[in-house]
Amino acid sequence: MLDVIVALVPALVASVWFFGARALVLECTCVAACVASEWASRRVMGRPDTTGDLSAVVTGLLLAFNLPPDLPPLLAAVGSAFAIVVAKQFYGGLGYNPFNPALAGRVFLLLSFTGAMTTWSASGWVGAADLLTTATPLPPDAVTTATPLGFAKGGIRAGAAAFAMTPSLCWRMFLGDINGCIGETSSLAILAGGLYLMWRKVISWRIPVAFIGSVAAYAAILRLAAPAVAMPVSFHLLAGGLFLGAFFMATDMVTSPTTPAGQIIFGICCGVLTMLIRTIASGSYPEGVSFSILVMNAFVPLVNRFTRKTPFGESNA
Amino acid sequence: MKFLDKIFRFAGGIAPDGHKGETAGIPLRRLPRPRSITVSMSQHIGAPSVPCVKVGDRVLRYQRIGDAAGTVSSAVHTPFSGVVKSIAPSSTASTRVAAAVTIAVDPEDAGTDDSLRPIDWRSATHDEIVARVRDAGIVGAGGAGFPTAVKLSPPPGRSIDTVIVNGAECEPYLNGDNRPMVERAADIWTGAQIIRRAVGASRVVIGIEDNKPVAIKAMSEAIGTGDGEIAVLPHSYPQGSEKHIIHSVTGRTVQTGHLPADVGCLVENVWTVVSITRALEQGIPSVIRTLTIGGDAIASPANFAAPIGAMVPDIIAAAGGFRTQPAKAICGGPMMGVAMPDLEVPITKTCSGLLFFTAASVHEFGSGSCIGCGRCIGACPMGLMPAEISQAVEANDLALAEKLKVMNCFECGSCAYVCPAHRPLVQHNRRAKAIIGARLRARK
Repeated sequence: MLDVIVALVPALVASVWFFGARALVLECTCVAACVASEWASRRVMGRPDTTGDLSAVVTGLLLAFNLPPDLPPLLAAVGSAFAIVVAKQFYGGLGYNPFNPALAGRVFLLLSFTGAMTTWSASGWVGAADLLTTATPLPPDAVTTATPLGFAKGGIRAGAAAFAMTPSLCWRMFLGDINGCIGETSSLAILAGGLYLMWRKVISWRIPVAFIGSVAAYAAILRLAAPAVAMPVSFHLLAGGLFLGAFFMATDMVTSPTTPAGQIIFGICCGVLTMLIRTIASGSYPEGVSFSILVMNAFVPLVNRFTRKTPFGESNA
Repeated sequence: MKFLDKIFRFAGGIAPDGHKGETAGIPLRRLPRPRSITVSMSQHIGAPSVPCVKVGDRVLRYQRIGDAAGTVSSAVHTPFSGVVKSIAPSSTASTRVAAAVTIAVDPEDAGTDDSLRPIDWRSATHDEIVARVRDAGIVGAGGAGFPTAVKLSPPPGRSIDTVIVNGAECEPYLNGDNRPMVERAADIWTGAQIIRRAVGASRVVIGIEDNKPVAIKAMSEAIGTGDGEIAVLPHSYPQGSEKHIIHSVTGRTVQTGHLPADVGCLVENVWTVVSITRALEQGIPSVIRTLTIGGDAIASPANFAAPIGAMVPDIIAAAGGFRTQPAKAICGGPMMGVAMPDLEVPITKTCSGLLFFTAASVHEFGSGSCIGCGRCIGACPMGLMPAEISQAVEANDLALAEKLKVMNCFECGSCAYVCPAHRPLVQHNRRAKAIIGARLRARK
């Protein structure tokens, strides 16, 4: 777990760099609330204390990374308590939870406090306006407060066309200079952490590569089929929480398949579901990473079961 | 001599710290003549031998003191002359309990039993070779102690084309196979040819892990222009497992419930092969085995050619005694060896090492819950899913454990070695195997 925390440090630094002290406040709140919830719930249940395994710290950091910068800290604490108590300890604690606790906490907040969870402060980051190359009229609030993904989905609906990703825009999005949740914007920082985890052999390449690869493939097909309205591949890769989800959430060992083949299937399904939600699903959510991972979490036992290895000496000649 | 071009890597396995260098360069030494030895009648897998001497009998060096009790059993001989002091149940270093013959050893050798005469193996028949191997009490030195004569007689309808001499020695710390390859390479090459003649095989392959360059060089020189092959195997635990070395060398897979002979292979440990050479060329029965004594509690880690029946404290004394009091004593290697609860026990033909570790180097872990990381699945050389089996055992669902092929597990410990939650995966498998095995036997 210490390795995961180390791997999250670059994204933590990036969040403070781009969003300032309020990001640090959210992160500290979530970590403290998660650890406190873990300690208290184990105590109430009469079970041994497990705060020492640091998994609550990881959950706290990941949940904070999935929150918008202006969320009131109190709500962040409520989400943390839900993540630890309901999504994790009610199932028996570390190792027994079917759903990723941090994502469960985020979705709980999203459904309960939709307004607060989808309010994005306008700023100097790459926002909606930068993506607009033609003077297509759009409601002013869409330009000032939407995340790029929200804008893309809304824009496509509104019939806006011709989005372009210039190299400089690409670079700014890669660095993290965009609107979004505090820990998800910097693909660079997350990539650094993800590579560290692979180097330390904490995670394998399978889920991140399958996840990001299938998003890229899906986006490429869409772009070829409908160049007028589909966003470029680079946009889909760098916008939203794809990297954070693919490297840190989908790879959560407890809630992802244990078999090599299962991990590939899991990653691909996460990617396809993400793109379905981003581009086709008619709901109001522009981003599909969280939902796709949570949906796939539910399929993990089944995926494991159907991808069991053939034992050595069991007619594999 | 030629080196094998293609090695078939097996899936899974681990790369533990070998600790080989601590004794790899130390030549084999003989143990000082002990004053007393206790030779167990359970030197092997199968029925314990039946003592054929009485208390008070004078015995000569190499005299038979135990008769085989059936086919899967073995004769036992004494490495020293002396007087039988007692015959009583005793444990051994490998914790097998059986009747044991305690002999007060003569201070000077008082004569040798030479009833086993040298045999010219180049003209010997299959039956003559097998009979000699049986009479010499040779059993597999790799660890299981399966009677070698049985292996040399494949079941009807099976023919062996490839003899594999197992010099992989993948267990950390041990050099009891490495040293004979360095020092007695000629005997190993001779023994390999004896086995080839006995079973009518066409190929002989010596499998050695690539972390033993001196042994590889010595073996290749011993074979010279002979028609033996050397397979330089990647060092990956458990490379020395019979099924895995067969796969690495030939690409063939021994199916579950089948024997190496079913894929035309015969595997013998290097020291077993030396014992065969000695039994035929010199008429000496199996009374010596090589072993490494080491670990950080031992003052001078060493390699011994030790007589069977030698007491563990005598071997410790010969290695300079303890540097620090040990917290853990292991017979065999650290991966598959067994913990010795009592040191006042004798070694047997299957004892490949005696390891003693200080409290500082013994890590005791509490086990956590499975986080589903899947490392055990990647490490299992049998392609099993230890995490799932372990959870099935915890839930007492032995039917599921059986379906997950827990019976294929040979307890190499790779899964437990990589488990970040330190789960008792091998113990769970053992429990399941014991209960399921008992049920299977009851059903028969």
